[in-house]
Amino acid sequence: MRLEPVANPTLGRSIGFPAAALALTVVVASLLTLLAGANPFETLGLILAGAAGSKFALLETLNRATPLIFTGLAVAVAFRAKLWNIGAEAQFYAGALVAVLLGTGALGFLPWFVLVPVMAAGAMLAGALMLLGPVVLKVRLGVDEVVTTLLLNFIMLLFISMLLEGPLKDPMGMGWPKSEPLDRAARLPRIVDGLRLHWGFGIALISAGVIWVIQACTTLGYEIRAVGQNPQAARFAGIPVGWVLIKTALLSGGLAALAGWSEVAGLKGNLTLDISPGFGYTGIIVAMLALLHPGGVVVSAIFVAGIFVGADSMSRAAEVPTYIADILLATALLFMVLAILLTRFRVVRG
Amino acid sequence: MAEIIDILLSASFWAAAVRIASPLIFATLGEMICERAGILNLGIEGIMVLGAFAGWMAVYSGAGLWTGVAVAMGAGMLFGLLHATLTVPFGLSQHVVGLGITLLATSVTYYAYRLALPEVTSPPRIEPFQPLEIPLLSEIPILGQALFAQTPLTYLAFVLAGVTWVVLYRSPLGLALRAVGENPGAVEAQGLSVTGLRMGAVIVGSGFMAVGGAFLTMSAFSSFFFEMVNGRGWICIALVVFGAWKPGKAVLGALLFAAFDALQIRLQQTGLGAEIPYQVFLMIPYVLSILALVLMSRRAEVPAALMVPYNRGER
Amino acid sequence: MTNKREAQDTVLRLSGITKRFGALTANDAISFELKRGEVIALLGENGAGKTTLMNILFGHYTADEGRVEVFGQPLPPGAPGAALAAGVGMVHQHFTLADNMSVLDNILLGTEPLWRLGMGRGAARRKVETLARDFGLVVDPDAKIGALSVGERQRVEILKALYRDARILILDEPTAVLTPQETDALFETLRKAVAQGLSIIFISHKLHEVMSISSRVLVLRHGRLVGEVKTDETDRHRLAELMVGAEIKAVAPSEATPGEVLLRLSGVSTPAQGNRPGLNSVDLDLRAGQITGLAGVSGNGQGALADLLSGLEAPTEGEMDVAGTRVRGWSPRTAVAHGIGRIPEDRHRTGTIAEFTLTENAVLEGYMKPPFSNRGWMDWSGAERHTAEIIDKYDVRCPGPDTRIRLLSGGNMQKLILGRVFEAGPSIILANQPVRGLDIGAVTYVQEQLIAARDAGAAVLLISEDLDEVLALSDVIRVMSEGRLSPEFARGSMTPAELGVWMAGQGFEDAA
Repeated sequence: MRLEPVANPTLGRSIGFPAAALALTVVVASLLTLLAGANPFETLGLILAGAAGSKFALLETLNRATPLIFTGLAVAVAFRAKLWNIGAEAQFYAGALVAVLLGTGALGFLPWFVLVPVMAAGAMLAGALMLLGPVVLKVRLGVDEVVTTLLLNFIMLLFISMLLEGPLKDPMGMGWPKSEPLDRAARLPRIVDGLRLHWGFGIALISAGVIWVIQACTTLGYEIRAVGQNPQAARFAGIPVGWVLIKTALLSGGLAALAGWSEVAGLKGNLTLDISPGFGYTGIIVAMLALLHPGGVVVSAIFVAGIFVGADSMSRAAEVPTYIADILLATALLFMVLAILLTRFRVVRG
Repeated sequence: MAEIIDILLSASFWAAAVRIASPLIFATLGEMICERAGILNLGIEGIMVLGAFAGWMAVYSGAGLWTGVAVAMGAGMLFGLLHATLTVPFGLSQHVVGLGITLLATSVTYYAYRLALPEVTSPPRIEPFQPLEIPLLSEIPILGQALFAQTPLTYLAFVLAGVTWVVLYRSPLGLALRAVGENPGAVEAQGLSVTGLRMGAVIVGSGFMAVGGAFLTMSAFSSFFFEMVNGRGWICIALVVFGAWKPGKAVLGALLFAAFDALQIRLQQTGLGAEIPYQVFLMIPYVLSILALVLMSRRAEVPAALMVPYNRGER
Repeated sequence: MTNKREAQDTVLRLSGITKRFGALTANDAISFELKRGEVIALLGENGAGKTTLMNILFGHYTADEGRVEVFGQPLPPGAPGAALAAGVGMVHQHFTLADNMSVLDNILLGTEPLWRLGMGRGAARRKVETLARDFGLVVDPDAKIGALSVGERQRVEILKALYRDARILILDEPTAVLTPQETDALFETLRKAVAQGLSIIFISHKLHEVMSISSRVLVLRHGRLVGEVKTDETDRHRLAELMVGAEIKAVAPSEATPGEVLLRLSGVSTPAQGNRPGLNSVDLDLRAGQITGLAGVSGNGQGALADLLSGLEAPTEGEMDVAGTRVRGWSPRTAVAHGIGRIPEDRHRTGTIAEFTLTENAVLEGYMKPPFSNRGWMDWSGAERHTAEIIDKYDVRCPGPDTRIRLLSGGNMQKLILGRVFEAGPSIILANQPVRGLDIGAVTYVQEQLIAARDAGAAVLLISEDLDEVLALSDVIRVMSEGRLSPEFARGSMTPAELGVWMAGQGFEDAA
């Protein structure tokens, strides 16, 4: 077999294949629920109800989507430049750590409207620095960033664990490895009083808008796309490829760190070792399902969060393990990249 | 310092190093085979998790130990087939597909684990491979206990490294495999199937990775935990680079790495361990892996067509 | 009786071969026969379908219609292995060799059953040595491919086919990268092969070579077989008409009026890039209003010189002056700022970004300045206006500025690059293989544009592996070999054979 480019994909092609990918994903998930001895329709119904069946469920989904929008944007920005940042998890914790360092009294003299932006900026800086090392190694020495960013995730988690059992340990924490709670002024308020949705969600939406503007309207966005599509041609044309990658890394690392900051300052109020159930890794799925488009990231983050929240609530009712959500998303990812290929290429014989 | 010398002179330390190296050797060989054929397999971490579970589960369900190894290998090869189908004929991004395979294999494993053992809080144990002392050889001081009093699976790892070397450098298949990672066009022009060779390499390589995972549950420990692979797959990718895509150097790299790992475990129990948080010791393997990548970056002899998809008759 | 004898003599028969790529019909019902001990030339300009046809014969592609018979047996489609087994060998235009493996390994690859140990290297080495002696193909079997010259690599390619006992040899543009002397040696080898009963298909667009080697000529145009003639019953003029469908008007530049030196290299050296040499103490003057042609066998430092002028590489030794000033902080961007217009060798990989639109490609070099952007904000309407102008002025055939450039033909892609470069008003133009792979109409257009730029006062450096092109366009000629540069030769002062001596690296000791 051979792949032949399709000059002008028809609408049916552009929609048909992705739709088929989603349908196939559902089929796979249904088969797995059958394996668990449950009724697939019932299970899917429970997942849907758990994700969006009530105001509470919907808000829970949006809360869960908030860090995923940030990490999804982080991955999308980096992948556009073909910078394989698999270290959003580490950058997440970098942001969360800065939130705790600055928000537990060190800057207690600042009013909230100064403290909150300072914390966000500090978090972004920490996340950016976290990715700077791997990118400089890539640009200067050609060290593959996939492995370095992956390994940094493990190092960062151990580092956080060390701090939480050492200097950052909450003396009132009954021996649990967790940090002191953030000061009141350092917390992100709720968007609407009484509803459990914090301003982190709003900032995530704004970030998506900003990224969209950067990509569509600025020279940096143009440079990032050029470097991602064809670094050789970009370099020949005079685009400083190394610098563009570094700028991309700072942006990407900063976005992932905002996720950590928003989880600590908006939702949890303190830092624990399990504050991220893999938000950094899930960001990859979010970004890929969104075809790396910032607007799409918002939609796919909400979708992905819904699957997780729905599966959690479903597994309490049915005998299907909650890991069905992870399978569903990994399958969707693989089918989707294939479907996107098939919208643009035709498989021909010989 | 005296403590370190004591550790380095003890037979049990070297035995531990060889034991720790064994799963890394399997998986590093597997990854090396894939990369030699031009395919980066980031599914390695998930395939190791899957292999660890599949082999253990088979034995727990009543199969023999070697059957368990075969089951693990088969499971790995199945996911290798999926990876190969997406990355070879379809030429999809090896980064994205590899990570997707890792996510899928991991979540399928956890799902299966929960289905198989819904009630348990601590995982059941199996009777793992037992050390097999080789007469005479195992009586050599230090070296004997380190090399010749291991479980059969460790011996298999070293045998496999030898076989891989022979096939790679002394057989027409190995010649074709090396060529397909250098210039697939040359392979096709000589009448061989690029798709077949690459898919075969990824499938077999994935099988090796899964056996590496199975070593953890069937030889090193006797039960399956979540997070038990814990980044070993990513470390193996660094080891492939460190070993310059050569089986002999890869084994040496794995042994060196394992020695450091064994050393940090022992150092935790010394006076040093009381002063320095244990997390610092645990970081050492990951930091070493990054260092290895940086050290080798200038001398790397990367297969020229690594991560370059081949579309037949592309114009 | 004679009919039967003829049938036995036929080693290869193609009947009704048709191949379509999307809307394009690359081969349209092509049929022909090849006889034992015959050399036929497959003539046609770029894009006529020659390579596609041979790729079908060799099994790289599957034909949509038609069949191939070798020695009377039908050849299964889409299987190079089957073609090789049937005795068909192909020397590809872009060599199919693994660079970091030895000559012997490359020859042995795929010749033995995969599932066994041991390689039988001893016997293989003896066979290779015998073949090399018989056919005049001297090459060290243990050398790594990466260390070989282009001519040697081609010998390995031919040895690969002979090692497999090929009876039919296909050579795709084999002389494109050779010196005239190497071409003569190749023809000598081919004549030996024919004497031993091999049959040869020789693909080319060079008329004098076709006339010299073949006994029969097949002419392809737009995927159709438009002529089949015996070589001794035709001449170059008639073949050219068949090939292009009209008379070829060679571009004939008028006398140049050289001006001041716009770019001067004095003793410049650059580092080697892998197996390819860097520049070795090069002196070069590029004058306003003059085309300097750079001849040479590919891989002899032309790339290094192009990289230097493009800004990709900086001198490690020596001095570079542009318009009389010493350059500092040399990079692609400063090169453009110094008025160097660069037409890159590979328009697909280096010159354009396939997934970008024409507009995005048109502003690749100038996007950071008005009218294309302002303080970091892109001005897409300004960019689009500029692109529309280029499309109009340089006759780029396309649906519009929003089209992805990968959908354009090579010629139209090159026209967009010309527009991008020329509209910036360069005083120095680096044209690296500017017409490679283009059809004759586009070739003429690009060459005329270069001459027009020269007449408008630009200093042009034309790098080409095609000696005929260098001879036709250049006001002065330099030859490059292993990073060294020959003295300047005035137009008409050297014959191709004399230049070939320099291309082989043989005049330099005398000159030194």
